[in-house]
Amino acid sequence: MTWPFIIIALLTIASAVATMTLRNLVHCALAFTVTLAGLAALYLQLDAQFVGFAQILIYNGAVAILVVFAILLTRGSEPPQQAIFSSTWALGVGIAVVVFGVLSAMVLSSHALAPAGPAPAIASVREIGDQLMTKYILPLEVVGLLLTAALIGGVLIAMHETKTK
Amino acid sequence: MTPLSAYLLLSALLFAIGLAGALTRRNAIIVLIGIELMLNAANLNLIAFWRYSPNPQALTGVLFAIFSIGVAAAEAAVGLALIISIYRHYKSANVDQVQAMKG
Repeated sequence: MTWPFIIIALLTIASAVATMTLRNLVHCALAFTVTLAGLAALYLQLDAQFVGFAQILIYNGAVAILVVFAILLTRGSEPPQQAIFSSTWALGVGIAVVVFGVLSAMVLSSHALAPAGPAPAIASVREIGDQLMTKYILPLEVVGLLLTAALIGGVLIAMHETKTK
Repeated sequence: MTPLSAYLLLSALLFAIGLAGALTRRNAIIVLIGIELMLNAANLNLIAFWRYSPNPQALTGVLFAIFSIGVAAAEAAVGLALIISIYRHYKSANVDQVQAMKG
């Protein structure tokens, strides 16, 4: 294990925990962007440059801003007076701990994992574009259609209901 | 070189943190952030398995992660629009106060 990985992993985990436990929703959103940046750094460390920069563009650029807008539109910027966790929080934490225990036990007991990394694979943007335009053209079109439908649907759902009343 | 199991353990921990947040928080926006965190943990798994696979030239893991990010962006847009609509109707974004469809 290398030091950059340890530092990035600790930063990502700490900001993820902060995202889920902080009281002020704006602080949660800020911690969430740190988590996303840490994940992008991990992608870059895994030689997936395109996915790392796409992560920064889409998540840090679009989804985080969308979350901040939603927080401000629902007046979540002032800290809540009542409890931030639901009454059955112990059950939820228990389920999460059991899931992590099962997953980590499976990972640690598996013998099929490759012990050492192969030669560095360079996934250049040209290769990814070639694949997207040839082999994966149908999924690309489907994702484009899904995004269009989702954004039109999002606008329709969030629009003011003054005309229909 | 970091072993593959370290990435898998990190991704499992991120998934567990996101699951705990989605199950325990009251605010719907934080629940959605928890779901996004789980999706990101799955993406990290895809990239890590692609990097350590015997044939990384196939690019399958990278393209799968790209499509997953696109679907997650669509999901976030619709989810946040739903939360805003629910807030306008109930004057609250807490998931335990939305009880109209409770069985």
